[in-house]
Amino acid sequence: MIRSLPRSKTYDWSFNGFILLYFTFLFAPLLVTCVLAFNNSDFPSLPWQGFSLDWFLADGPGRIGLFHDDQNLRSIVTSFQTAFFVSILSVVVGTCASFLFEQEEFRFKGVLYFLMLAPLVIPGVILGISLLLAANTAGMFFDERFGLDFELFRPSFWLVVLGQFSFISTFVTLVVSARLRKFDPALEEAALNLGATRLGVIWHITLKFLRPSILGAGAVAFLMSFENFNTTLFLVGSDPTLPINLYLQVRDGSTPVVNAVSLMLIVATSLLAVVNLYFTKKEE
Amino acid sequence: MQRSRLVFWIFLAPVLMWLLLLIVLPHLDLLTMSFRGEDDYGDMVWTMQNYMNFFIEPIYWLTFVRTALYAMITTFITFLLAMPVSFFIAKLARARVQGALMILLLLPFWVSEMVRIYGWMILLRESGVLNYFMLKLGVIDTPIEMLYNDATMIMGLVYTSMLFMVVPLVSVMESLDDSLIEAAHDLGAGQFTIWRTIIIPHCKPGITSGSIVVFMLALGNYLTPNLMGGKNSLWFTEQIYNQFIASFNWNQGSAFGFLLLLLSSLIIWVGLRVTGQKLGEVAS
Repeated sequence: MIRSLPRSKTYDWSFNGFILLYFTFLFAPLLVTCVLAFNNSDFPSLPWQGFSLDWFLADGPGRIGLFHDDQNLRSIVTSFQTAFFVSILSVVVGTCASFLFEQEEFRFKGVLYFLMLAPLVIPGVILGISLLLAANTAGMFFDERFGLDFELFRPSFWLVVLGQFSFISTFVTLVVSARLRKFDPALEEAALNLGATRLGVIWHITLKFLRPSILGAGAVAFLMSFENFNTTLFLVGSDPTLPINLYLQVRDGSTPVVNAVSLMLIVATSLLAVVNLYFTKKEE
Repeated sequence: MQRSRLVFWIFLAPVLMWLLLLIVLPHLDLLTMSFRGEDDYGDMVWTMQNYMNFFIEPIYWLTFVRTALYAMITTFITFLLAMPVSFFIAKLARARVQGALMILLLLPFWVSEMVRIYGWMILLRESGVLNYFMLKLGVIDTPIEMLYNDATMIMGLVYTSMLFMVVPLVSVMESLDDSLIEAAHDLGAGQFTIWRTIIIPHCKPGITSGSIVVFMLALGNYLTPNLMGGKNSLWFTEQIYNQFIASFNWNQGSAFGFLLLLLSSLIIWVGLRVTGQKLGEVAS
């Protein structure tokens, strides 16, 4: 049954077999994608035509590798920029929110807390369309009233940032709140008694205590933003993020360049995830 | 601790901006837009027409019911698969293996959903890797199209949301005291009885939170049904997308969006009620 109890050989073997199958199921698609990125063929499929780095390095005209593929490179840069701003914004606001909900008392706190959790149960598609609608309404209002035209109110880079920020902040808030709950208020009180201001205490003591969780939440926010599809789909303007760009290519028939992009993504996210995991482990 | 109005407002202002401008107002806009429509003269008026269309056109509400049903099936299958996996990790694997397995479990999740679905497409399509091997081994004579049907789509949905079930399940199983199972075993309880009377009841909170998240993700998924489901497996988010982007009928799209939001909130609310949990507990 469990570790400490006697188990039959059949039980052990069938369980191990099941787990093996499960992890195969988990990794098969990723593995196939990576392997086929090196296949010397014009299509992302078998048979194996030999090893080739064309899908990374080729410079046209027959094949264009990833490092010469402007469209894909630009979408990678866009994704980086989006994720950068989203993680900065959501870390700042999420940290404020966790201070607000953990340390302050005020009327309507319950309502506000409920609203903060709402993005967890709102499907990403709905977040996307409602923000698209609201931005459009705001844009029309400013246009009719003041004759002003804001880029922000049309599907654009900044609208994507806002859309992702609106639900990623919730995750940051939850992560930072969990850590803040473990903070010993005696430390703050001691500093206050010694004449520190509240802001000084927060800056020098509480934030220092929260730093690992803030960094961790920032990394998670970055990854969430980088891979987001559903919300971004409705808000994206003329410069698509990487997942949107990949989607367009796969839908309209893909070449192994998509595999090359995927490989890079798999390697990079794995590295970031492992580093993040390593630091959270160390913290514990 | 002494209260400081300034500090309070420094925390409150950004949080209020976030929740009001990006959550509350957009969804109010979604609601009002869904009740607007053109009358016979082409003027915008208040109307129930968008909701009427939903009930009059069978394709709309059938897709809606289908989406809800398939999301439930997905949730159930995910649960069935995740249960033994998390049991293995929490109770059977040796301590050193445990950590490694957890990392392996989390890694694919961080890679963009787009990449993972793309991997499945290369594996399963008519010219795909699986067909290639089956032809080579002589299992089949002509390649089979394994993509673009309901079973594959559900498999894809299970795959993409798997981790949100496994992670909460592992954490509740780890909190289950081994001696309870040992005692039951010593008293002569069989496997089935132990699962039914000890393990499952103990895991209830994890099961609920996992199910809620998986259900919501499946319901609001656009990418997987779109790429793996093909033309004859409609998903409700696709209807929303079509209304917004293809038909440019934002009012109709808003009504659909609001209905989807209503459905997901309702089912989550019922789920929480039945198991007596709070949203905040489920989230953390």
